[in-house]
Amino acid sequence: MNQPQQLPDPLTAPLEQIDFSDPRLLEQDAWRPYFARLREEDPVHYQAESPFGPFWSITRFDDIVAVDSNYEVFSSEPTIIIGDLTDDMRVEQFIAMDPPKHDVQRRAAQPVVAPQNLAQMEPLIRSRVVEILDNLPVGETFNWVDDVSINLTTQMLATLFDFPFEERSKLTYWSDMATGSPEIAGGDTSPEERIPALMDCLETFTRIWHERKGRDDGGFELISLLQRDPNTADLVDRPMEFLGNIILLIVGGNDTTRNSATAGILALNQNPAEYDKLRANHGLIPGMVSEIIRWQTPLAHMRRTAKHDVIFQGKQIKQGDKVVMWYLSGNRDESAIDNADSFIIDRANPRHHISFGFGIHRCMGNRLAEMQLRILWEEIMRRFSHVEVVGEPERVKSNFVRGYTSLPVRVHPL
Amino acid sequence: MPTITVIEHNGQDHTIEVQSGISLMENVLSNSVPGIDADCGGACACGTCHCFIAEDWSELAGTADPMEESMLGMRPDRTETSRLSCQIQVSDAMDGMVIRLPEYQM
Ligand code: HEM
Ligand code: FES
Repeated sequence: MNQPQQLPDPLTAPLEQIDFSDPRLLEQDAWRPYFARLREEDPVHYQAESPFGPFWSITRFDDIVAVDSNYEVFSSEPTIIIGDLTDDMRVEQFIAMDPPKHDVQRRAAQPVVAPQNLAQMEPLIRSRVVEILDNLPVGETFNWVDDVSINLTTQMLATLFDFPFEERSKLTYWSDMATGSPEIAGGDTSPEERIPALMDCLETFTRIWHERKGRDDGGFELISLLQRDPNTADLVDRPMEFLGNIILLIVGGNDTTRNSATAGILALNQNPAEYDKLRANHGLIPGMVSEIIRWQTPLAHMRRTAKHDVIFQGKQIKQGDKVVMWYLSGNRDESAIDNADSFIIDRANPRHHISFGFGIHRCMGNRLAEMQLRILWEEIMRRFSHVEVVGEPERVKSNFVRGYTSLPVRVHPL
Repeated sequence: MPTITVIEHNGQDHTIEVQSGISLMENVLSNSVPGIDADCGGACACGTCHCFIAEDWSELAGTADPMEESMLGMRPDRTETSRLSCQIQVSDAMDGMVIRLPEYQM
């Protein structure tokens, strides 16, 4: 199916004429009525043609949990996004592995983001947030995405890897390169730019690995942890797997947190009554952070591949079929979340959302992401009575990353 | 009503009256004992209702099925006595049971 010039009418177009993988649905923020219609009319939907081939769309919360939890049938191999891997760059990562290999690798990496380590990192992270916020240009319009969201998450990543601080913008660049190609998620990055970038990432981290190995100082950042675990001690000798895991940690902790850091500003500006609630009670911040992550759904989908024929909700899914779990849609499912379209910062059960996925692949960095955003909001509220959105946001063209390229704002100090 | 003792990681203990027929997770939450997050609401899909069953009670609490086992496998602080509290149905026979909560849920 070639993508037509204009998006079809969401309410009247026949379902078979709608391409749910069209990256413009996110770019133009037009996705809501399309997915609302699927949830209502055909929640487990087969699309016979798309630029990425045929695929199933899973759109209801409970169905997504069921697919996400069933790795025996719904495999994460060979990849977890709607597009297939390009043959020239097969990076291996545990997000795209099934047990037992997945479990072994995840177990090695997970301790670094366990909450007791995070607590140790909190003061450093806070000091970086403070510095960023204290240097914002009061009285001028600036792009929140560049000056805060990207800046902050890049610093966070550099901290996590103990990456050379002056070179940290490379991390963001590599992350963009890893997720931006058209065949993967409908973005605009060309292979000519992407492959050398990823090779540079591999070389840089290989060098860091060897330097750090020599140092052997019992450090507590990610590279040292991987080196100390017997299962991953020789990871550097398997370059595509090494690169894959590094990319996973960069992308995992980059786009997602970055776009949540922008989303909060936008959501509060669109919902002034919620902003007032927050001004009156900063204790709402932890719950609000979860609500921001739900409202934004920074990763719109994850994909699985059926390992064998299975009947799911009355539909015959065939071995080898692509099955796309639309988290974006699950988070708007009224049967799981009350007033799902509304942004409400004091929900009774704010962590009951699907943005982190569920099952054995559930986001490893979820507590880290929550902590970063909590600190950001604590410090924003200490400084500014209003972070005012003064223009329209621009959004990322992708069917995977739901994010922003710009959000013009002005800050009003207390 | 049967009672169960829940010990937080910091040692603080709570003896709560529990309702049979619903999960241990729901019982802990409805008694407002902190330390269980239960992000997935009991679907055995998040691992944030992790607890440790005191030795003498593990038999009564039963064993983890393969799905619970795979979720427990992702816990850095998993031990022999680890269970997901949403997967344990409370029964009258559990009167007096003791469980401990982990330092963190993730
Ligand atoms: C708001 C921020 C974030 C969101 C929305 C998010 C979302 C997700 C989602 C949807 C998955 C896949 C879940 C599934 O397949 O069921 C995932 C996996 C993962 N995330 Fe995150 N993530 C975020 C932040 C982070 C951070 C900060 C890190 C850094 C450590 C991270 C690291 C990972 C890793 C390593 C995986 C793979 C887990 C596995 O396959 O076992 N994420 N994340
Ligand atoms: S509540 Fe999610 S696994 Fe028990």
